[in-house]
Amino acid sequence: MITIEEFGRRLRARRITSAEVTDECLRRVDADNPRLNAFIHVTADEARRQAREADAEIAAGRDRGPLHGVPISIKDLLDVRGLATTAASRVREGHVAARDAATIAHLRQAGAVFVGKTNLHEFAFGTTNEDSAFGPARNPHDPARSPGGSSGGSAASVAAGMALATIGTDTGGSIRIPAAACGLVGLKPSLGEVSIDGVVPLSQTMDHVGPLAQTVADACLVHHALLGDAHAALPAPMPLHGLRLAVPRGYFFDVLDPEVRARFDEAVDRLRAGGVHVDDIEIHHTAIIAPVYLHIVLSDAAAYHASTLDAVPDRYTSNVRIRLEMGRYVLAEDYVRALAGREVLRREVDAALAQHDALALPTLAIPAPPLGASTVQVGGAAEPVRNVMLRLTQPFNVTGHPAISIPSGRTTAGLPCGMQLVGCRMQTDALLRVALACEPQIALGFPRSGNVGG
Amino acid sequence: MTIDAWLKAAIEDAERRGLPALKPLLETLARATAALRAADFNDRADR
Repeated sequence: MITIEEFGRRLRARRITSAEVTDECLRRVDADNPRLNAFIHVTADEARRQAREADAEIAAGRDRGPLHGVPISIKDLLDVRGLATTAASRVREGHVAARDAATIAHLRQAGAVFVGKTNLHEFAFGTTNEDSAFGPARNPHDPARSPGGSSGGSAASVAAGMALATIGTDTGGSIRIPAAACGLVGLKPSLGEVSIDGVVPLSQTMDHVGPLAQTVADACLVHHALLGDAHAALPAPMPLHGLRLAVPRGYFFDVLDPEVRARFDEAVDRLRAGGVHVDDIEIHHTAIIAPVYLHIVLSDAAAYHASTLDAVPDRYTSNVRIRLEMGRYVLAEDYVRALAGREVLRREVDAALAQHDALALPTLAIPAPPLGASTVQVGGAAEPVRNVMLRLTQPFNVTGHPAISIPSGRTTAGLPCGMQLVGCRMQTDALLRVALACEPQIALGFPRSGNVGG
Repeated sequence: MTIDAWLKAAIEDAERRGLPALKPLLETLARATAALRAADFNDRADR
């Protein structure tokens, strides 16, 4: 599927229409959604109406900006007025959103076309998308595997050409993990930068809204639209020569699939060849990353779900229910310790970035795991799938630093790998400038992912 | 409350509530809590 950038060029040159591209996305939904289960609800008629309206506006000289007429899918965790927000759970049966989430209102103002609501791990509380009231979403690169999660249906929809971009949420890696698993770009902005109003929460102190797209430029355009700045121009890439990246060793490379490691090392070699200065560094206190994350997210989630856990426990999938119940046992004193640990980790990452433009590390420590697997072999040891999938992304939900996943090649089995770049807090645009510079250099060793299926 | 005492009480409560599947998760949480309590950044009233 064409990128948003290319779509915009052709749309404004009158060589393509939103209606044509929307129809092509919907054709791919018809062809591939039965096997990928990416969508919970397809809004075909409304999408075609929005596309015709977008084309009419262009013909009349009204241009809403880079997302004008762009078919986009939306994780079914965000409110779209008049539609159910299921959160992939039977708990929310009968819900209808009375108004748009703040970010959806911004997208509507920017002229985006909404193709439908995508599948996810129930209440965004998981990394594989297996626990969904609507069944698992599947990875377009290998439908026997997870697309990652929790925004798995979102990622599958773009990787399979059913939308040009998608909106996800990220509490422990739920944008970046599926982006890496499906060969896409995924951006978690800086904490608090993008509104989470109208989003079903997992942890309101760690939830983020952001895009998954085919390129960094497309992710940047969608990110600005989510902020309500639909006409923002793409920032200029940072000069590649002289860019300073820090690779945090230790914890971040201790549990890593050999092929993921090889693709990361090759990407770093290509960046060095392009003039990037790459240093190895250490980040301290990494032993508390998972404990801090666990205590905060479990407590936040348990507070939100307490009444429905008591009233309608059987409407949850069993795995999600039991993990939510775990949060009801966290002691207040330990929650406070976790908040203190969060500040410690925030300062550690701030310090690591003091002399560098970004951190660089793998996004997902393993390729997309087979559906149904509870453990995976990593370096000869059996590792729990959930833990290993969260391992490299959750630190930056704890600290709030912006992070982006960029495709970094594929395994010999053809499964995508991702490189993660992490920038300074409240400087998402600066991170995007770094990513815009690095993306073409990283991609020198392999073709752009393109779409699969269809 | 010590972690051992907390874990014992939590497992008993989970079993009373008909949620025996919580036991391994609570044991995981107990290990995470131990790591938090052992961290060098914790303040103490006597320091």
